Amino acid sequence: MGVAVEPWQTAEIPGPKKALSINNPQIVTSLIKRSKNPIIVVGHKAAEIQLKNGLLIDYIIRISEKAGIPIVSTPSLQSEFIKRGFSRVVGMPLVDIANRLVDPEWMGLEGKGMHDLAIFVGFTYYVGWLILSGLKHFSPQIKTVSIDMHYQPHASWSLPNMSLNDWEKNLEALIEGLE
Amino acid sequence: MGEEKNLRIKIGELKSDIGLLKNLEISIGRLIGEEWVEEAGPTPFPSITDLREWDLKILQRYKPFYMPFCDVCCLCTFGKCDLTGDKRGACGLNMAGQQSRIVLLACCIGAATHISHARHLVDHLIEKFGRDHPINVGGLNVEVEAPVTRLVCGVKPKTLGDLEDVLNYLERELTRLLSATHTGQEESNIDFESKVFHAGMIDQVGMEVADIAQVSALGFPKADPEAPLAEIGFGVAEATKPVILVIGHNVPSAAEIVDYIMENGLYGGVEVTGLCCTAHDITRYNPKAKIVGPISWQLRFIRSGIPDVIVVDEQCIRADTLVEAQKIKAPVIATSDVNCLGLPDRTRDEVDKIVHDLVSGASPGALILDPAKVGEVAVKTTLLVAPKRMKFKAIPDVSDVIEGARKCRKCNECRRACPNDLPIPEALAQASNGNLEPLANLYEECIGCARCESACPIGLQIHSFIVKAAEKRVKEEKYKIRVGRGAIQDVEIREVGGPIVLGEIPGVIAFVGCANYPKGGSEVAEMAMEFAKRRYIVVTSGCAAMSIAMYKDEEGKSPYEIFPGRFDAGGLVNVGSCVANSHIAGAAIKIASIFAKRRLRGNYEEIADYILNRVGAVGVAWGAMSQKAAAIASGFWRLGVPVIVGPHGLKYRRMLLGRKDKPEDWYVYDARTGDKVYVGPVPEHLFYGAETKEEAMVMIAKLCMRPNDTTKGRAIKLTHYIDLSKRLFGVIPDDVHLFVRTLADVPLTMRDEIIKILEDKGWKENIIPDPTLLPRLVRKRGE
Repeated sequence: MGVAVEPWQTAEIPGPKKALSINNPQIVTSLIKRSKNPIIVVGHKAAEIQLKNGLLIDYIIRISEKAGIPIVSTPSLQSEFIKRGFSRVVGMPLVDIANRLVDPEWMGLEGKGMHDLAIFVGFTYYVGWLILSGLKHFSPQIKTVSIDMHYQPHASWSLPNMSLNDWEKNLEALIEGLE
Repeated sequence: MGEEKNLRIKIGELKSDIGLLKNLEISIGRLIGEEWVEEAGPTPFPSITDLREWDLKILQRYKPFYMPFCDVCCLCTFGKCDLTGDKRGACGLNMAGQQSRIVLLACCIGAATHISHARHLVDHLIEKFGRDHPINVGGLNVEVEAPVTRLVCGVKPKTLGDLEDVLNYLERELTRLLSATHTGQEESNIDFESKVFHAGMIDQVGMEVADIAQVSALGFPKADPEAPLAEIGFGVAEATKPVILVIGHNVPSAAEIVDYIMENGLYGGVEVTGLCCTAHDITRYNPKAKIVGPISWQLRFIRSGIPDVIVVDEQCIRADTLVEAQKIKAPVIATSDVNCLGLPDRTRDEVDKIVHDLVSGASPGALILDPAKVGEVAVKTTLLVAPKRMKFKAIPDVSDVIEGARKCRKCNECRRACPNDLPIPEALAQASNGNLEPLANLYEECIGCARCESACPIGLQIHSFIVKAAEKRVKEEKYKIRVGRGAIQDVEIREVGGPIVLGEIPGVIAFVGCANYPKGGSEVAEMAMEFAKRRYIVVTSGCAAMSIAMYKDEEGKSPYEIFPGRFDAGGLVNVGSCVANSHIAGAAIKIASIFAKRRLRGNYEEIADYILNRVGAVGVAWGAMSQKAAAIASGFWRLGVPVIVGPHGLKYRRMLLGRKDKPEDWYVYDARTGDKVYVGPVPEHLFYGAETKEEAMVMIAKLCMRPNDTTKGRAIKLTHYIDLSKRLFGVIPDDVHLFVRTLADVPLTMRDEIIKILEDKGWKENIIPDPTLLPRLVRKRGE
């Protein structure tokens, strides 16, 4: 089990229920492997953040391909995915995907039923914070995981605050664990 | 002061000895609307529940999606209560109820602010001009002088005195609404949401009352598309002169300052500058006054030392104004009972004594609740204090910035406090080596809140460092803004009503609200220019109108110099301050009334149904911050106008979202036949938060579609939607098929690719109905 840590934005104090901190990327791989119908939700920063081996979006594609998980991304990223020859992606505004994830009757991104795990990455901190809050309170059937660089207390599980360098290492370790 | 009227009687029908009376309203013996021949609709002066049925209809389609900002409730001594998930608090309320309750509280605060502003203005103007002073917002060009008030209240105000009756109603409703937020009152989140809509509706009336009162009495531009251009920007104030800075939203004191200057031959010797909506309104009063900028400019302009006296009225004024003013040795004059700043009340003191105390520094400021006295005190003080202060500033020198940056502990507290997560520590690290460029680059995205400074454990004046680093570009901030024109003329509505309703003018986009932008104000200017170029009608107000001005094209022109101020395709229409927002709602209402000849009087539901189904209007509050902005948005929701906010707007903690994947949500009645007809997800959302400017732009084009669009109109709207999506997202939208009703809807230039999509999606043709959500508006076939 992880331990709770501090939100990145100092005043974004949530409440009694806070995300468990992911102190080992294997926790994420384990959650993915146990999930029956996971999804990756990608925000616009994925095409802005430069990491050692490419942009964040490149790491996300590797995660998706290795774990066989579909992606729903903010619409402005669709062309970035297409440019990279990646097609298992649906463009949908963040509030729309969140609104569907609180509906237990929604049949999911690929019509296979409601997702049981949603991995969030590439979001402006406070935007991710709010959307994850909505899911925490109104979507009890879904576990949420934030693999962004800063701790998201409203997720079920979240990476803690870390440097860009450490974050990159964690993402690489996560991808490696999916082999 | 205005006379309070506590009694109102509404009589639907009364048989008496003198005959049959219908729709009679009595307010302390005064008959309202007796000279208005239009038959009254079903809901004049509606109570909280009178429009509930309409609210429930639209909330059934646009369901709330809540994003709690806090997991606990701490509003009563039962608490704190943990409401996480499906838990209920000690009072029994669950999380959905609590979130909608907080939204209602916010909207009540916002509505109260506009309504009390209106009450203050009306009282003041009646005292100065008399109760019988006529309402005149556009002379012969504006016959429907108060569309929102006519629609909601069912009365037609002719004089300032008539507005008191309207205010009485608004204050009563507001009190009822606020009472619903008490512990142990409302329990249903959907009923809270209906009350939110009610708060928004009365807020629109309150704004209209305030603006038509000041337009009528203070000589503001009266629905003038060619209202003059005024100067705006940090660099427009002549710093060599004595400078008065007015901040806030309620203009009487600022107007008296201008009057005193003019009457005493001091014009040209004293600069009058403004921040926020008082700045808008002072340029409507006298276009030679200058606007410094929106709310975010407060701290930086005060610290610059340019203002010699600061006069504050109400709303959106920093709560550390007095502290900041003392740093530059500038006296502060507070002028509103809602914002006294802890200052002594000098209203009854002699002018010269107050001036002496302010100039000598015996008192850092004064509360003066008499606008005329404020005018005299402010000017006299400025003239005397300016030579003493010598523009004493609180912005450090470059050497201080570098020295301060070297003390930085790299603790990251500034960045963690910054609303926009700006890379301040990295910029300070560069500054410590003498490179101020990274700090200067933060200026555009800095919202001027100074939370970084509050967070800094060693007290670095980080905001001032940024302003100093960006000094060159700050001083070059010189732009033009068309001053607020007020209402839209009836003739303009007649000319564009048809093209809007038929969809041939692709939409009316209103850029409104505050300056809490995710990436600076230039994004608002870019969006406004894009849609004006595309021949939408672009309307604006408040801080957004200022941000649009603070932008230059390659030829050095501001948007207001490029686009005309006419309410027409390709126009850029600044209506004015926050309270002038009511003219935007008013324009939508007047399209139904003037163009479509729908009855207006107390006929809210029908007009809102008309707007939702026919008028392709969208509000965009890209930097929405305040409770007032929340109330303004909620007024538009009830009226059937979708609103898009920027990412910070998600903090309003609730969206109203449609589900395009649920066909059953998108049926309307065909008023010709009574049949229920699928019309597609138009407009798809009622309250929507976008992550990025690009996402917002595509959504704006999409939300302009309406069930009533003609095939030509729909083809034009689809062209913009698809074109923007291709340009900004790199793809054709995957939901195009949902917006094509017949093949004639398909834009000619995109025909082949769209036909292929339609085939792939198994598209089927639909009819285009005469759309309504109200069964009572269905006509039988042949009638």
